[in-house]
Amino acid sequence: MTTLTSRSKSVAILCAISFLNLSRLALNGEMKDPDNPGNKQNRIEIKDFAFNPQAITIKAGEKITWINRDEEPHTVVSVEKQFKKSTALDTDQEFTITAGVPGTYTYFCSVHPKMTGTIVVEK
Amino acid sequence: MNDHNYIQNNHDPDGIDRRGFLKCMAWAGTGVLWTVSGGVLASKTLAQIAKAGSSLPKATDLSFLQISDSHIGFSKDANKDVTGTFRIALDRINAMPTPPSFLIHTGDITQLSKPEEFDTFDEVLKSCRIKDVFYVPGEHDVLNDGGKLYRERYLKHIEGKGSGWYSFSKNGVHFIGLVNVLDLQAGGLGQLGEEQLEWLQDDVKGLSAETPIVVFAHIPLWAVYPQWGWGTSDSERALEFLKRFGSVTVLNGHIHQVLQKVEGNITFHTAMSTAFPQPAPGTAPSPGPMKVPVEKLRSMLGLTSVQYKQGTTVLAVVDSNLT
Repeated sequence: MTTLTSRSKSVAILCAISFLNLSRLALNGEMKDPDNPGNKQNRIEIKDFAFNPQAITIKAGEKITWINRDEEPHTVVSVEKQFKKSTALDTDQEFTITAGVPGTYTYFCSVHPKMTGTIVVEK
Repeated sequence: MNDHNYIQNNHDPDGIDRRGFLKCMAWAGTGVLWTVSGGVLASKTLAQIAKAGSSLPKATDLSFLQISDSHIGFSKDANKDVTGTFRIALDRINAMPTPPSFLIHTGDITQLSKPEEFDTFDEVLKSCRIKDVFYVPGEHDVLNDGGKLYRERYLKHIEGKGSGWYSFSKNGVHFIGLVNVLDLQAGGLGQLGEEQLEWLQDDVKGLSAETPIVVFAHIPLWAVYPQWGWGTSDSERALEFLKRFGSVTVLNGHIHQVLQKVEGNITFHTAMSTAFPQPAPGTAPSPGPMKVPVEKLRSMLGLTSVQYKQGTTVLAVVDSNLT
């Protein structure tokens, strides 16, 4: 479990960040903001039990869409519960959220927790 | 009955006859590591019990079957008829000359936790002549509701603790059903959690060391291949509570292939699926349904028979495929 060490550190840092931002959740599955440049599509493909790309940097207001290309169901769940989790995505199913407040957010597949990813939201 | 792959005549004390052994060896060619368990387990546990000067446990003969990973609802290329192959597995059980006392289902009844998938499973299971079934959930059974529906359907009649773990005794053998597919942590593996570990410690506290123990859970309770998530992060702690027992058999599913390891008095065994095989650890970019030629599929699906004979500490674990 040595791989957890560095991850645990980043999770701890994220805990601190999220604590400071608790009152204004940074990512929201329902949030719509037509004034922001939110039409750019950022796609994360779920393939071979991995999020590709594993880390993505986007602008606030942009959308992110995950699409599952595996024959296994996967989920997208914020480690710190900062955005609404997806339901289990079957093959070719998609899940989209819109980025809000800048920050760094980790997420994972709650079915296969080895699968993790990071979203960096910039202004 | 000649086309069935379970043992009909067993004259050896090791729990497996020559004919059955040869059949087992025949499927070793599929790339699955196969180890005949009876002899190995017997010699180890008996030797250690003799050394400790303990008496053999008082128990009567008992046999039960493990079925696993039915994945009802799956319809991709690896097996377009998982309901059909599940039905075949039940047909095999119904055709057994000596029916098992009960079944254990070690999880992933469904592919997507859908009520209609559970309905199909329940409907098909009605054709099985063995009505006593004990369940533990797989991650596919608890996808969207934290296991609520699963518990209502399959654990209601059991006095399950926490997220659904429980124990019971039959014929002097103590059975423990554990849940290691809920509240999983980012970056981690299967997990039992503090509450369940405390319960387990308490559950076995009063048992004598001669009591045969059978533990069943979905994800392997040993580090089969952590890179693919095939292991349970806190299983070592659970096994600490069980080390003092002379005979511990751990039955898991999840990986859809037979693997076995013996560690002291503990034998770990994983079962085949009734739905589709998965690659051997590390032999593919990732785990997941493995497509094999149609004519080969049923040789990689199966069920597991476990037999306990009075006066021994041997639990013979024998796998049969669906050819």
